[in-house]
Amino acid sequence: MTAEPLLAILVGVLFATATYLMLRRSLVKLVIGLILLSNAANLLIFATSGLTRGAPPLIPEGMLTPDGVVADPLPQALILTAIVISFGVLAFAVVLIHRAYEVVGADDLDEMKDTDT
Amino acid sequence: MLYAILSIFLVAAVAPVVHRLTGRASGWVLALLPAALFVYFASFLPAVAGGESVRLAWQWMPGLDVQFSFLIDGLSLMFALLIAGIGVFVVSYAGRYLEAHRDLGRFYVLILSFMGSMLGLVLADNIILMFIFWELTSITSYLLIGFNHEQLKARKAALQGLIVTVGGGLALLAGLVLLGVASGSWELSEILAGEDSLHEHALYLPLVILILLGTFTKSAQFPFHFWLPNAMAAPTPVSAYLHSATMVKAGVYLMARLNPELGGTELWTWTLGLFGAVTMFTGAWMAIQSTEIKKLLAYSTVMALGTLTMLIGIGTPYAAMAGATFLLAHSLYKGALFMLAGSIDHGTGEKEVPNMGGLRHAMPLTAAFSVIAALSLAGLPPLFGFVGKELMLEAALGAPDALAVVLPLLALASAILVVAVAAIVGLRPFFGARREYKRTPHESPGAMLAGPAVLSVLGLVLGLFPALAQPLVAATAMSIHGADTGMELKLWHGINLPLGMSLLSLAAGLVIYRFWDSVRAGIGRIMVPVGRIAPERGYERFMDGLVWFSAFQTRVLQNGYLRTYVMVTMLTTVALVVGTFAVLGGFEVSVRFDDILIHEWVIVALVALAAMFVATTNSRLAAVASLGIVGFGMALIYVFFSAPDLGITQVLVETLTVILLVLVLFRLPGFLKFSNPLTRVRDVIASLAVGVTMTAVLMATLGVQYFPAISEYHIAESEPSAYGRNIVNVILVDFRALDTLGELFVLALAAVGVYAMIKFRAEDRKS
Repeated sequence: MTAEPLLAILVGVLFATATYLMLRRSLVKLVIGLILLSNAANLLIFATSGLTRGAPPLIPEGMLTPDGVVADPLPQALILTAIVISFGVLAFAVVLIHRAYEVVGADDLDEMKDTDT
Repeated sequence: MLYAILSIFLVAAVAPVVHRLTGRASGWVLALLPAALFVYFASFLPAVAGGESVRLAWQWMPGLDVQFSFLIDGLSLMFALLIAGIGVFVVSYAGRYLEAHRDLGRFYVLILSFMGSMLGLVLADNIILMFIFWELTSITSYLLIGFNHEQLKARKAALQGLIVTVGGGLALLAGLVLLGVASGSWELSEILAGEDSLHEHALYLPLVILILLGTFTKSAQFPFHFWLPNAMAAPTPVSAYLHSATMVKAGVYLMARLNPELGGTELWTWTLGLFGAVTMFTGAWMAIQSTEIKKLLAYSTVMALGTLTMLIGIGTPYAAMAGATFLLAHSLYKGALFMLAGSIDHGTGEKEVPNMGGLRHAMPLTAAFSVIAALSLAGLPPLFGFVGKELMLEAALGAPDALAVVLPLLALASAILVVAVAAIVGLRPFFGARREYKRTPHESPGAMLAGPAVLSVLGLVLGLFPALAQPLVAATAMSIHGADTGMELKLWHGINLPLGMSLLSLAAGLVIYRFWDSVRAGIGRIMVPVGRIAPERGYERFMDGLVWFSAFQTRVLQNGYLRTYVMVTMLTTVALVVGTFAVLGGFEVSVRFDDILIHEWVIVALVALAAMFVATTNSRLAAVASLGIVGFGMALIYVFFSAPDLGITQVLVETLTVILLVLVLFRLPGFLKFSNPLTRVRDVIASLAVGVTMTAVLMATLGVQYFPAISEYHIAESEPSAYGRNIVNVILVDFRALDTLGELFVLALAAVGVYAMIKFRAEDRKS
């Protein structure tokens, strides 16, 4: 066990702050909360698989397998996908909010609770 | 057999076309189908009368033990013949009765679909197949009750019938599954032939209760009887067919079918005996208070259904024979009476019996058949109804234990009331002084008289020559009882107690008929307080409660505020996780903080502080900058722990994110404080709960590994099979290439969305 307990606490902090921001009425805070939430989820996956210092999953030239124990590559691949996807979602959300603000004229989620505003 | 049933649905599908092509004759043309089926089923009669049962099966879903298997024995053949036989007349009758209705084509579709479902129900051997047909009859019944869907009353009655019968159907499904599990077979024939009795099985009590819930609701037993009279909002052919002769007897059918296996216990005898007898009396009692002719008939149908249930419960050979006879007799006279009631309505426009009188001159044939059918209903010799009634009284006297006192008393009381009801529907409209009617009374066309004529005259013929009905009735009784009853139908049983009871009921019934108007008024006064606690009020309360509850939960959970949804989702997750921890007991946390390097402490602290600052700051610029710290800090953590690819990607994405936020967010207004301190305290507590839960989950799962990691394979095969030395990249583009392709689609979609929104905005501005 290396720094997993430390990261576990950080995951908790990120989830808590993300939840708090998503409970706000401001649209912008909601988006920021989403960013924090995806960071928290990525870190959660990263920490559960176990942490390894200084042994990236790379195979040295001329060899068939890595030299010694390396970090688990599968969670890394999953997180890589997640980072890119959440960026796509974020870009979409930000533009959507901007557009919604133009139409509704308010940054207040409570003004948007009906479908016909 | 399979083709016989499928053919009905096929014909149902083309019925509107047939109707358009043949016009007024469509009723007769479509009636050819049930007629052909009647002949087909009748061809099984010799074999079945000889005590055989025929089983036919086609594979459907062998893996689930569901197959198209059909069983023809006395009981199912009796029902099949009734369904097809009465079906002939109902379809031809409807052709004229609904002649002017613009939706007659649709009516044919529904009534034929119902016929197919009902035949499937009584013939199915596989209990799952039977259940499917069972539900189909509920659905077609719903559509037929609500046929005049522009009337509020019809829609309400249809919904009520559907909710009661389908609610019972749910219980039935559970009961049938238990039956299948307990007996080890999904075929009725095998369940009935099984050596082991289910009486001692641990599931016996729950499965009987569940199955009876299904059959009681379907067959309108007390306290579920209220939906049946309301179902009279349906057109008369539907009332005659579904809500008298066939569908409502489905529950009776199933109880009779399972009687040899489940019956014989005290639970079965007492439940069926008492509920049946109470239903019988309730039906007769309510009938005498009704004035609308169809309601009178509907309540007397409730009475008949109660009688049948009671007879099945009694369980003696005598009772089985009485049940089979009563079943046949009732279907004949009640089908006829309903159609005749429709004829009166058709000829005069009048539905209320007290407003009727003196119709015998204008409608002589209707009058004649009504009298014959009513005599059978009252149970007078030499009608077939008399045979059934004598057997019924005899069987009630032969009931076991204390039931031998209760049942005959209730049976006698009901018999008295039914005599009065028979006189009200059979005599009152036709004799006495002539009244004024909305239309000039006229006799009904042949198509509408054929059914009542055949059914009522058949009741007379079978009464005079009961030997004609003997083979079918005896075979039915054999199915109900599980063994040959060895009894013979006779018109004259000699002078005995049942005959005395018959005579008493006749005399008392006629007295009630004579003073019907004052009796009704008297009962009406007594029944006012009872009306408040009637089962139908319970149904209304339940429905009101359901509406109130859905309004309440929509108000609370679906209120349109995003933060409520977030709150509910998050707190539910927390509750479930904490609940799991509580149930599974303690988990081992072997947390050690000694193996952490100093730069790890620093970077984690930095990210945590930055995240907290993001959550509390009021400046947008500060928030975005701190968000950058969180993002780049994450990248560093990835790099420290052997994930350089993640680090690179994170830095790239973080840079883009900050640019995007700076570009867009600053076109929006500054942060405003919307919430009051109390809300914020609540939100902080909820957020802390979420954070602590996630930390706890992570701590608890550290060091737990249930399965060997599949990444061993990826590490071993990356270079030899995929020729790549960066294993993460190999996974993305080779091992899990399809996932990556999907990801690309998502990104492309997001890009298109972003582009579209920016472009439309530009166009909006132009216009």
